[in-house]
Amino acid sequence: MKGARLLLAIWALAVAGPAWGHAFLERAEPRVGSTVKAAPTQVRAWFTQNLEPAFSTLEVVNERGERVDQGVTRPDPGNPAALQIALKPVGAGTYQVKWRVLSVDTHVTEGDFTFKVHP
Amino acid sequence: MRRILARAVLSVGTVALVLTAAASAHAHGLAGKRFFPSTLTIDDPFVADELSLPTVFHIKEPRDGETPARQNTTVSGEFSKRILPNLGLTFGGDWTLLDPAANGKTESGFGNLELTLKYQFFTSAEHETIFSVAFGWEAGGTGRAKIGAESFDVFKPALLFGKGFGDLPKALAWLKPLAVTGIVEGVLPSRSGNKTFMLNDDGDLEIEVEKNPNVFHWGFAVMYSLPYLQAFVKDIGLPVILNRLIPLVEIDINNPLDRGFAGKTTGTVNPGIIWAGKYFQLGLEAVIPINERTGKNVGFRAQIHFFLDDIFPNTVGRPLFGSR
Repeated sequence: MKGARLLLAIWALAVAGPAWGHAFLERAEPRVGSTVKAAPTQVRAWFTQNLEPAFSTLEVVNERGERVDQGVTRPDPGNPAALQIALKPVGAGTYQVKWRVLSVDTHVTEGDFTFKVHP
Repeated sequence: MRRILARAVLSVGTVALVLTAAASAHAHGLAGKRFFPSTLTIDDPFVADELSLPTVFHIKEPRDGETPARQNTTVSGEFSKRILPNLGLTFGGDWTLLDPAANGKTESGFGNLELTLKYQFFTSAEHETIFSVAFGWEAGGTGRAKIGAESFDVFKPALLFGKGFGDLPKALAWLKPLAVTGIVEGVLPSRSGNKTFMLNDDGDLEIEVEKNPNVFHWGFAVMYSLPYLQAFVKDIGLPVILNRLIPLVEIDINNPLDRGFAGKTTGTVNPGIIWAGKYFQLGLEAVIPINERTGKNVGFRAQIHFFLDDIFPNTVGRPLFGSR
């Protein structure tokens, strides 16, 4: 019984915070690699660690590398591991979301993903 | 208020860290967007604060000369500590149960202690590439001879590498989660042979010489990272448990070079899976001999591996000297 409790505790410890101490992208909206029919008005990203919002940014560019976001990355008030950024009106095309985040345990990570708008 | 103050203090600290420490991406196997898990069979190319405990290995070994076929069960552990952000020491040890050992009895005991110094001299975030060199020392005579621990030292200079394929063109996006790590290593015994003196049935002295060849050891691991697929290529909607799996195959080959053993290659193919969590990873692999000389039976290797740099980021999980 003790062994089962220990195993349960270890498992809970492992899954309570998602993968690794470094913040990586857990999921996003629009979803990574997805094609959406309606042009989104914002991009939201959920990470595997709580973030330092002052040092964490999202940036969205079109195929020509032009910024199509409103320029200000905001933390999600209800989730310290999430960020969001509003978009300018966008049309059909492929958009790249670049993220650079600082987790509360001071690790910096960055990455990117794309989504398509295909009305 | 307390929370705000704490956050302010943390933010000042993080500014200092960001300004002074660009090396944080070196922690346990990160190169840019790529997380390299700790492989079970071959050594990793990265320097990190980590603990593998335990690694459990079991296989049925074939008869080898006068040594009977036997069950080999080994439980091992490794503790790696960064001295500098790119320089680390690894202490390794193991306990083996042989049933039966060379003397026909069941024997158990500790193997020789091993110490490895590793320097990660190249990291490319853009190309998800790591190179390192290592020098291992197996301290002869520190383990029990009856379970095969040698009485002489063995030196192991090695070159290690890791490469993620996140820099492939968009047309090959589904291959971006692939990564390879590998090692080429010399296994150099400090003694060319062991002499054993014994009396034969006629009472004459006989000298038996067991030769210790130099060995070229090499291996590589090919892995497909589902976390990488989900985060950087395409979110295919994997559930929480599955989205942290990294299936892999490790190849581990020993080529003896001299002293009568040249050409007598042994090795294993090790397909398996790693689940990477926040503070530790779990791994399980089958151990499949590549030829009859290596064995005829399939064994297994299982491991729990702790990321000390994430469990204890401000104490034992950071380098002894230098920035994080």
